[in-house]
Amino acid sequence: MIAEAGHYALVLALAVALLQAALPLWGARARDAALMGLGSPLAVAQFVLVAISFAALTHAYVTSDFSVLNVVENSHSAKPLIYKISGVWGNHEGSLLLWVLILVLFGALVALFGRNLPLRLKADVLAVQAMISVAFLLFVLVTSNPFRRVWPAPLEGQDLNPLLQDPGLAIHPPLLYIGYVGFSMAFSFAVAALLEGRVDAAWARWVRPWTLTAWLFLTLGIAMGSYWAYYELGWGGFWFWDPVENASLMPWLSGTALLHSAVVMEKREALKVWTILLALLTFALSLLGTFLVRSGVLTSVHAFAVDPARGVAILLILSVFVGGSLTLYAFRAPVLKQGGLFAPVSREGALVMNNIFLTAACAAVFIGTLYPLALEAFTGEKISVGPPFFNMTFGPIMLPVLMVMPFAPLLAWKRGDALRAAQGLTFAFGVAILGTALVAGFLRGGPTLAPLGVGVALFAMVGAFAEIQERTKLFRAPLAESLRRARGLPSSAWGAALAHAGVGVTLLGIVAATAWSSESIVALKPGETAKLAGMELTFDGVSQRKGPNYRSTIAALTVREDGKVIATLEPGRRLYLARNMDLSESSIATFGFSQLYASMAEERDDGQTGLRLHYKPLVVLIWLGSVIMSLGGLLSLADRRLRVGAPRKAARPAPALQPAE
Amino acid sequence: MRPRRRSGRLSAAALALALLAAPALAVNPGEQLPDPAQEARAREISAELRCMVCQNQSIDDSDAPLAKDLRLLVRERIRAGDDDKQVLAFLTERYGEFVLLRPRLRGETLLLWGFAPAILVLGLAGYAIWAFRARRRTAAAQGLTEEERVRVEALLAREAGPGAKG
Repeated sequence: MIAEAGHYALVLALAVALLQAALPLWGARARDAALMGLGSPLAVAQFVLVAISFAALTHAYVTSDFSVLNVVENSHSAKPLIYKISGVWGNHEGSLLLWVLILVLFGALVALFGRNLPLRLKADVLAVQAMISVAFLLFVLVTSNPFRRVWPAPLEGQDLNPLLQDPGLAIHPPLLYIGYVGFSMAFSFAVAALLEGRVDAAWARWVRPWTLTAWLFLTLGIAMGSYWAYYELGWGGFWFWDPVENASLMPWLSGTALLHSAVVMEKREALKVWTILLALLTFALSLLGTFLVRSGVLTSVHAFAVDPARGVAILLILSVFVGGSLTLYAFRAPVLKQGGLFAPVSREGALVMNNIFLTAACAAVFIGTLYPLALEAFTGEKISVGPPFFNMTFGPIMLPVLMVMPFAPLLAWKRGDALRAAQGLTFAFGVAILGTALVAGFLRGGPTLAPLGVGVALFAMVGAFAEIQERTKLFRAPLAESLRRARGLPSSAWGAALAHAGVGVTLLGIVAATAWSSESIVALKPGETAKLAGMELTFDGVSQRKGPNYRSTIAALTVREDGKVIATLEPGRRLYLARNMDLSESSIATFGFSQLYASMAEERDDGQTGLRLHYKPLVVLIWLGSVIMSLGGLLSLADRRLRVGAPRKAARPAPALQPAE
Repeated sequence: MRPRRRSGRLSAAALALALLAAPALAVNPGEQLPDPAQEARAREISAELRCMVCQNQSIDDSDAPLAKDLRLLVRERIRAGDDDKQVLAFLTERYGEFVLLRPRLRGETLLLWGFAPAILVLGLAGYAIWAFRARRRTAAAQGLTEEERVRVEALLAREAGPGAKG
């Protein structure tokens, strides 16, 4: 009964979405305020209906209602509650329902909090948003109905894929989807602007908080996914250039570019046409990611061709939205008035550079991910595009971005002074050179370029705060005055500095963990000791334990440094009974920002147990940097200027703080 | 045991461990070549080769039996005196282009390798042309007296100044 109610709510949501896609749009053309005003209540109603549907599915999971096919296929009565709940989105149908839920949540948020939006723009935005949800609601209802019943109902479910029974899964997809789907707002705003034929600084200001929200969640989602793969897959890697990862990296790269070009648009009314295009492309890449992950095309081009219903449907959605919006763009973009001029060396110029390089980096990921699929589909020839390709193309394109990053905030709008900007970075230069020299001197034997990588990372980290230092006159004015100035700085300035520093922190982690990691793969008998990175790891033996829906075998290790016990590790293997699936569980000890990582391989007949031991220096920084980036985004979001509903006059406390010279 | 030591400080410990040589999983001690330089080359080549039965794993990372066979084959070729290119060519001839994680540059992969650099070059060129034109336009607009120019600058600065568009 509850499942049927969920299904019915979804059908109702589709009906509401159809109305929402048509009426406000028509109202905006006919200048009918009543019709335009319908957008908001419809958006809220749509959200409530989809939320009811989602709650119904969650209820079926929590109560282990095995008359629902989706629950049978992905749940088990003995599964812990958290995995019963997260299992809702641990499968194709449920994850699409989550996708739609977040989509309509954003629509409802615009309806509720977008009070300062012009009526027509808001009507158009909500209508476009509803068009997307019509497409996806249809897709869920026709090809991926999560409420399908099964008769007779089995007594027990088939359990969730053990790989997904992890706290990481509870958090990762929702974060990622808020990011992915959040970019639909940028898309809807861009299409609305094209429909209106008018776009200005105010548009950029309205679209920025939504883009920023999507971006910061996507950043967290990607980092979370990376950490999950790191501890779950058991070989200590943190980024595999897997197509699924690339699918989330592409919208992140173009979304990052979008954030920066929107700044130029907001401050200088320049780059309008480009910003609109980026907004369209970013969501197109989100849809592409959904297609790649949800259509099965990645496992095999042939599997996709054999059971094409879902894949073709998403491909159709993708084509309609990308093709439609780009056609609209082609017709309407020339109407948009171009804005202010600027010299190549200026804040705008630096941000254009940022955009060109990020776009090219995104293109490298795009072609590397799709080319093997396309080649196989068209010619039948199979090639592999793996980490060596991406390291060779993506890396060199991103490096200039990181090196220019600290300069940009120090350049003035319109026309900047490169020399002055460089002077502002003297301290950061010094730290970078010192760091490079120290690393090169003390850690001989690593890859030749690794110390330089450390230098670039330090430059980015310290350089990120150069603008703050300059604007607060730190070390040049009395400390009290600097503090006063620091308090007066808009939080977006702090946000940008923090986000940029986060990029440096992540880079430092990547360089250190890649260049100076050590690894030892050994087979030990109880009592034997392995050495790694100056530590002694004694194998204490194997024991058995019983979990709620699995049995585990655990290898205990005691870690000693200079004879003192500093950690214990318990890597193991779990046998999930319902699926009879064997899974390795790694064990990690963290020392500062570095980690000792152990996973258990097979037990051998001769009484030895196989162990993989890794020491990953500074590896935590990779994810910490991403968290710092997101915090920067959050701070920036808290800026008065962007706060939804904040009076526009108060938007700018800054002029009083500008140096009077 | 499989020391992947890359820092000098610890390489001695790793070497000592290597000499103790216990049975191992990915790269077995038995598989390893006696000459460390050759072994290092083998590791580098292995990272370029796909374990064809795995999802997105190189033979250096994989525990699959096929990966082990390929690792042995790589070392065999190295011992036979092949250089890196010859080893890769040998494996490609046997297993097809699919085995290479870094596709070779040829007709079919031109677009793959050229796409991102082309986007970069086009973007930079487009921007350069735009900047050049903008400069000429600005130069053309310079027909103002010094006093006028200062006033225009001041007005522009005020408009472009923070918050002007608020």
